[in-house]
Amino acid sequence: MPVLEPEAFLAVASRFENIELVQAVVDDLLVRLQLGEEDRHWIGLAVREAVANAIKHGNGGDPEKQVECEVKLEGDEVVVTVRDEGKGFDPSAVADPLLPENLLRPGGRGIFYMRSLMDRVEYHFGNRDRGTEVVLRKRIKVAGDARAQEETRA
Amino acid sequence: MNISQRQAGDVTILDVSGKITIGVGDVAIRDAVQVALGGGARDIVLNLKNVSTIDSAGVGELVSAYTTVTHRGGKLKLVNLPAKVNDILQITQLITVFEVYEDEQAAVDSFRH
Repeated sequence: MPVLEPEAFLAVASRFENIELVQAVVDDLLVRLQLGEEDRHWIGLAVREAVANAIKHGNGGDPEKQVECEVKLEGDEVVVTVRDEGKGFDPSAVADPLLPENLLRPGGRGIFYMRSLMDRVEYHFGNRDRGTEVVLRKRIKVAGDARAQEETRA
Repeated sequence: MNISQRQAGDVTILDVSGKITIGVGDVAIRDAVQVALGGGARDIVLNLKNVSTIDSAGVGELVSAYTTVTHRGGKLKLVNLPAKVNDILQITQLITVFEVYEDEQAAVDSFRH
């Protein structure tokens, strides 16, 4: 499948304030794809969750450790990849936050957020000696003009 | 992220604006509720009218605030949910936990019943 521009890669220190930075970059790309405010909001929120998990759980809040984020368009899918330097985890072991006994738990909704807001969420572990890699995918309606413009730029 | 406190009779209203997100907004909610409770508040209304974003940490803080207030014998209710916040409470099914009002006066009056 051809990978089209726009594309971005950034690496940030594990600080919560850098979530804003990552979201701003992602949002800028989504604006260029002419996505509406609603779609950008939900994709941005899913990305925030992925980066927050990478900072908090993956890198244990250690600012010396980095979170990498890659954004690209594959066909009609926005694909956001977030990597940390952590030890990985078992996504299937994460409790279902919708179960009545979990409803009043303060935590444990991050992955659920991502799965609810995106079409697909994949986890890869140990790639390139890095920790957890989460890949978020969401189909979008790619505006013809935007795609043509990006192809021209490329 | 900004929170201000005001009174409507015995009911404490916290006006929340901005992002309720990890690292800043979530802690601010916790602190504001603690300050209100420390000042003698029992029943609290969170006015979320000007909240633009709520992430999972923010939702977690709403839940914590709810349980903290409930354990102290009071009630915490929500008013003026923006559509995006309402969507999140629907998705997380927390809409079944919180008492939500569209109108502030109705929320305040509900404590009298």
